[in-house]
Amino acid sequence: MGILEVKGVSKHFGGLLALDDVNLSIQQNTVHAIIGPNGAGKSTLLNCFIGKLLPDTGTVMFNNKSLLGLAPYQINQAGISRVFQTPEVFSELSILENVMIPAFAHRDGAFHLSPFKSLARETSIREQAEKILQDVGLIDERHHTASAMSRGNKRRLEMAMCLVQQPKLLLLDEPTAGMSRSDTNNTIDLLKTINEAHNITFVVIEHDMHVVFSLADRISVLSQGHVIVEDYPDKIKGHPEVQEAYLGTAESE
Amino acid sequence: MLKTPHTSDRTLMIVFTILVLAGPLILAPVGAGYPDLMQRFVIYGIFAIGFNILFGLTGYLSFGHAAFLGVGSYSAIWMLKLLSVNIVPAIIFSVVVSGLFALLIGYISLRRSGIYFSILTLAFAQMSYNLAYSVLTPITNGETGLQLELDDPRILDGASESGQVASPSLFGFEMSDTAVVPFLGMDLQFNVGFYVSALILIGMFYLSLRIFRSPFGMMLRAIKSNQTRLNYTGFNSRPYALTAFVISGMYAGLAGALLVCMDPLAGAERMQWTASGEVVLMTIMGGAGTLIGPVLGAGIIKYFENIFSRINESVVEGWFSALPEGVTDVLVAVVSPFLGSGWHISLGLIFMLVVIFLPGGLVEGAGRLMNLVVRLWQSRKTGASQSDTGPADGVTPAEEVSHRSVNTRES
Repeated sequence: MGILEVKGVSKHFGGLLALDDVNLSIQQNTVHAIIGPNGAGKSTLLNCFIGKLLPDTGTVMFNNKSLLGLAPYQINQAGISRVFQTPEVFSELSILENVMIPAFAHRDGAFHLSPFKSLARETSIREQAEKILQDVGLIDERHHTASAMSRGNKRRLEMAMCLVQQPKLLLLDEPTAGMSRSDTNNTIDLLKTINEAHNITFVVIEHDMHVVFSLADRISVLSQGHVIVEDYPDKIKGHPEVQEAYLGTAESE
Repeated sequence: MLKTPHTSDRTLMIVFTILVLAGPLILAPVGAGYPDLMQRFVIYGIFAIGFNILFGLTGYLSFGHAAFLGVGSYSAIWMLKLLSVNIVPAIIFSVVVSGLFALLIGYISLRRSGIYFSILTLAFAQMSYNLAYSVLTPITNGETGLQLELDDPRILDGASESGQVASPSLFGFEMSDTAVVPFLGMDLQFNVGFYVSALILIGMFYLSLRIFRSPFGMMLRAIKSNQTRLNYTGFNSRPYALTAFVISGMYAGLAGALLVCMDPLAGAERMQWTASGEVVLMTIMGGAGTLIGPVLGAGIIKYFENIFSRINESVVEGWFSALPEGVTDVLVAVVSPFLGSGWHISLGLIFMLVVIFLPGGLVEGAGRLMNLVVRLWQSRKTGASQSDTGPADGVTPAEEVSHRSVNTRES
């Protein structure tokens, strides 16, 4: 039994069948990549995990609890964090505050009022946040506002925001999209260290095969809303159906 | 902000307290040292501080906060009529009632954000205004409004017997009592009502400071920055915004109650949309999201309203009377539309200038001014120290000058 079990998920947008009977089983402490050509339904599938979309049919179970119909904050509280395709941070707040906010969410739950407690006295939260910022290499800039950061650093910050919550499952939507080669490699290293140091299951949606094959333990290939293959990375590389999905076959010309 | 909050906040609090308590002394030279106006500075300061907790922190722009001001006023005057002219029950009751009212309106309005939220709050405020003006006449006395009367029951302190309407007081100290002290040719007016409101203002300012510096305040700033992200971070953001809305509604109710305690009269016009707009102007003009800005903005707008609106054509003529007659006429014709009853035009111009050149409000302006002064001072100091040591180090005068100009630019 996997940590995330997806069974028979389908989703229509008008006449378009975006997801067609998708089945996935994501095992604990693995890096599971979901790849596929443009329009294969990768983002739609991810949005079904995080409460942004409700599938027409099927079930999404996380640790034997259904995620369907839950609000985004409830899904986060259940232990699923998400890294966005374009880094989403609190631009006007300092880097340290950006990490303290999810730390509060993890400690105090979805709604907790302490309007007269001083932020400066929350030393344990601040220490937690500072430790994570140390890990991702942003500790020296922690008092700067997040708006001026480079895209690569925003990604690091986002990772820190997720890690401070010690999630069970981390969803990464194209974590290296729009990054330079060196930023991409840094991100891969960062993800590897995190995966080894913390017991976090990763689900990565990615275009970049370099990223996929350096990270993934297991790969599912999605094509036209359907999982066509699920296997180990070295088996995927030469798989005829995958090549067909990405490149088309000689016969179909 | 996290670096040294304690010392700088303490300084801010001390300076603020001194400035507020020294109000009669500071305001008398600029012609604003009379009780009625000083009370209004302080009360609208409270109103704006509360509005800023919602607008400045969460970014939700309410266009209906005058409704809470009005509800506070009506609740307070009813307590003064029914219970006692002591202002304590009046204030407590109106804060509670306006809080409940804010909970209802906020719960509905916060289902939407941005312009739709603003429109919803505006609609609610106009509804409240019309209810107060006509439908709820038995409670609000319609367009005449409510005031204290001889036959008020006043269960706790007994109805007036002396044939004179009692005025609101705090355990025997009447709000309207004023001690006039001559000082350097001015009459300083120390008024009970002003000091009661001023102490409440200081308390409310401290409360807002605590909220700004709390985890709750940080969540509110996160709502303004990126509410969607906050939801994905595991927070249910709506109750946070609702709490901020209710707190700011209670501040408005408190301000409304104080208005009634100073001048026991409550009318529907206090809930008009222009009154809601005024607190928006105050907050933006002073600096939304800053601690001191709203108080500053409230002071400036109320000062304008009272001082500029009193300058009529004959006063303006007096200013230019020394000039030749033709010139005087032209100057009076040019200047007078901006003063007297046209003071709104000057206020509008100033507001435009602030929004265009100082989006952070007057607080940003003051900050820039401070930076400039500090920079000038530092460059003068480094310049001076260099010219002292320069020749001894064997630097030629030409080099020294170039050094100094570089330093000026850098620092």
